[in-house]
Amino acid sequence: MKTYYNPEDLAQFENMGEDAKVLWEKFIAYYSQVFAEGALTAREKALIAFGVAHAVQCPYCIDSYTRTLLEMGVNQEQMIEAVHAAAAIRGGATLAHGMQAKNIIKSLEL
Amino acid sequence: MQNKQLLQLNGIPAFTGKEECKRFCMTHKKLDIMQVNMGRKCNLFCKHCHIEAGFDRPEVMNRAVMEACLQVFEKNHFTILDITGGAPEMNPDFQWFVEEAARRKIHTIVRTNLVILEEEGYRHLPELYARLKIEVVASLPYYTEKDTDRQRGKGVFSSCISMLQQLNRLGYGATPDLMLNLVYNPGGAFLPPDQISLTVDFKRKLYDLYGISFNNLYTLTNNPIGRFSEFLQRSGNMTAYLNRLVAAYNPATVENMMCRNQLSVGWDGLLYDCDFNQALGLTINGINHIQDLIDKPLTARKIVFGNHCYACTAGAGSSCGGAIA
Repeated sequence: MKTYYNPEDLAQFENMGEDAKVLWEKFIAYYSQVFAEGALTAREKALIAFGVAHAVQCPYCIDSYTRTLLEMGVNQEQMIEAVHAAAAIRGGATLAHGMQAKNIIKSLEL
Repeated sequence: MQNKQLLQLNGIPAFTGKEECKRFCMTHKKLDIMQVNMGRKCNLFCKHCHIEAGFDRPEVMNRAVMEACLQVFEKNHFTILDITGGAPEMNPDFQWFVEEAARRKIHTIVRTNLVILEEEGYRHLPELYARLKIEVVASLPYYTEKDTDRQRGKGVFSSCISMLQQLNRLGYGATPDLMLNLVYNPGGAFLPPDQISLTVDFKRKLYDLYGISFNNLYTLTNNPIGRFSEFLQRSGNMTAYLNRLVAAYNPATVENMMCRNQLSVGWDGLLYDCDFNQALGLTINGINHIQDLIDKPLTARKIVFGNHCYACTAGAGSSCGGAIA
């Protein structure tokens, strides 16, 4: 069955460098540096990436970071808490934007 | 059974073709560790067990083989007697063996599943371990009940916690001559985490939640043989797992593979390079029975490698003493 997302594409990701080699190399260098040990541990950064992957609903990133986190000793309970953190921010952001609607309503209503 | 398992590992590049495997294909001349598998009988039925141990397994080492082990150990100046199984405690001559080793002042490790130590007939063993200053290496796949019980069986986690607390009360994990080490292995088709960072997590969680202290945590990679192989086949993960092992091959691990510094003795006295080769029926090159070694010198031998060895060389590597690179 054809779908917009193909799991095999994940392994082909580096093909994105074919038409823009310099930009790709800069991206990879940046990406590698971002996820290296720093003020945050590599595991903390991977958990953030995992949460963001759910927030932006990227199936490739969810696949990749779920496997990464298992190999970092993170269990399902901890990962689901990270998903809830992402969900809370998305939900909270939706609610917070309700203030815009309220402000517009306030400016227009008698 | 064994041959079928090896065949399943044939679809990947040959481990024996690796440059490092050719370079480090021999054992050391002088070996430190004698690992003795006392039998496949076990009170648990863990999902990843490479020797497929269980309560109904009849293979049990007899005292004559144990005596031969001790003679070969002393004659060849091994330094560590590493006792495993199954649940080694279920061997009827287990207590004789560890007491005899202690009498000969042999440093002994017992690999225990902890649960057996709470069962009728075995409850005196923690005190015996402490009295003989036996190093205890205990399986604990994770610091949560759900993850541990999923892999090793319902009720295992609470039993392990209770026994670790008892071992702590006996001085284990707190005094230098009563070493308590834990073993983590992944709860599925993925590689183990970094040993150092997981040790920090285990120490913090087990102490904060249960007041438990231990010395070292060893991270082990699941070998794609035995019961774990069946899981990989059943779940459709075999190909991806083998590819993961191959992709994570780390040349720096080969020099320190455990097979280079040990002799593994099976329940019937047959000799192997490691416990995984034992599970696969791959005996060592040369004299391959412990009783035939009593009057013969132990020499460096060519290791019997296979594609299952990728499990010991992936990432930071894996051995009975944890990561090796």
